[in-house]
Amino acid sequence: MSMCSLIRMKCPRLVPLLAISTLCACAASAQYAPYISGGGGFVTSTRGGNTTYIPLIAPELVASLGDRLLVESRATLLESFFPRGGGQAGYKHDAFLGLTFLQADVIASRHTTIVAGEFLTPFGTYNERLSPIWISNFEEAPLIYSIGTMGTASSVGGMVRGSAYSNSSVNVDYAAYFSASSTNQQFNAERSTGGRASVYLKRARLEAGGSFGRLLQDRHENYAGIHLWWEPDNSHLRLRSDFARAPHAYGYWAEADYQLARFGGDQSFIGRFEPVFRMQQTFRSAVDFEDGLPAANTQKVDFALDYHLPHEVRINTSYSRQLSSTGNRNIWQTGIVYRFLMPLWREK
Amino acid sequence: MRSNLKWVFAFILMATLIPVLAQTSAPNPSRKAKETGVAQGGLAQMAHGQEVFEQNCSRCHNPPRAIPPQITGTILRHMRVRASLSAADEKALLRFMAQ
Repeated sequence: MSMCSLIRMKCPRLVPLLAISTLCACAASAQYAPYISGGGGFVTSTRGGNTTYIPLIAPELVASLGDRLLVESRATLLESFFPRGGGQAGYKHDAFLGLTFLQADVIASRHTTIVAGEFLTPFGTYNERLSPIWISNFEEAPLIYSIGTMGTASSVGGMVRGSAYSNSSVNVDYAAYFSASSTNQQFNAERSTGGRASVYLKRARLEAGGSFGRLLQDRHENYAGIHLWWEPDNSHLRLRSDFARAPHAYGYWAEADYQLARFGGDQSFIGRFEPVFRMQQTFRSAVDFEDGLPAANTQKVDFALDYHLPHEVRINTSYSRQLSSTGNRNIWQTGIVYRFLMPLWREK
Repeated sequence: MRSNLKWVFAFILMATLIPVLAQTSAPNPSRKAKETGVAQGGLAQMAHGQEVFEQNCSRCHNPPRAIPPQITGTILRHMRVRASLSAADEKALLRFMAQ
């Protein structure tokens, strides 16, 4: 049963109350109108001569209610067309509609925000920061993505997060969460706890941090990770990396991207190109079919060339070479992504 | 009829001359100093906001080409949660985006 139906059934008076409070809150200030954002696109992925076609859209709704409350939600809707296989001609297709998160954020103080609902699990940097299709440089997530994200990448429960300390030269932020076990199709999560803390040196534009996660059901495992990001000042170079460790495997990814805006500005023909390079390795110490990492030690290099068209449209192309004792493979991917951002209603 | 034309001509002439005279009249020195101070303060705020933007937002994503003014506050509140912005950085960014 969806949350809307539940609210309608259990608390029929809550619906108009919520609507009125939303309208009042938004009418209170001209800058706090709700908006819809996100990305839509069409991507292709070719492995071993088989090409999969995926049209998708990922809208995100954000509404500010009063001075301290924010409600945000993202969904993903996609249709995947892939070869039938087994010598059969033609394509099969699968549809997917899923809620990525649905959370309420209460800004409790200058240093603390309390989050409740379904939220992205704060482990490493990829899941929370780089996973949206309108941000990620590559269509495929890193090999170590499943470490610390508990298999579902989303948690259902509560989280406290915020900036613990900040001045003109440093920002220290933190996130700590607890998730209950949920088998609901739209709110799928494991019982787990964990968090992340990082220090960002603003002048050097260097961020270093660590993550921890513990699965509190079935295997009761611990996961740990560290991350390092650096954007040299006055350049369009971004260096990002994550390292993560699970009981039976560990690995890292390191990514460098450089937008050629130095050559004629970011609106010039050359300046719109963005070459990206990502290096990944995973190492396995014991057989584990459930941690989501490759079954054998694996190296993978990804080369991408993105092109930023006008009107928030981006073309992504990438080639990846994966080397492993279980077999080497080439992966070719292309995509076109449109990023949208609009208020839910027009200004009077 | 002719007298009406005179009045219309006089009105157009005045309407043209008043803004021109207003622009060419000598500025009040104290008002000018105040305006310069405000402008410099605005520029400093803008530079600080630009710096905060580059230090926080563009680390993860390129900025949208256009942000409708009625949602700037909601976007910043969202990014305060998502990117763990400090309250001071949120205010600096709000001023920057409003300018």
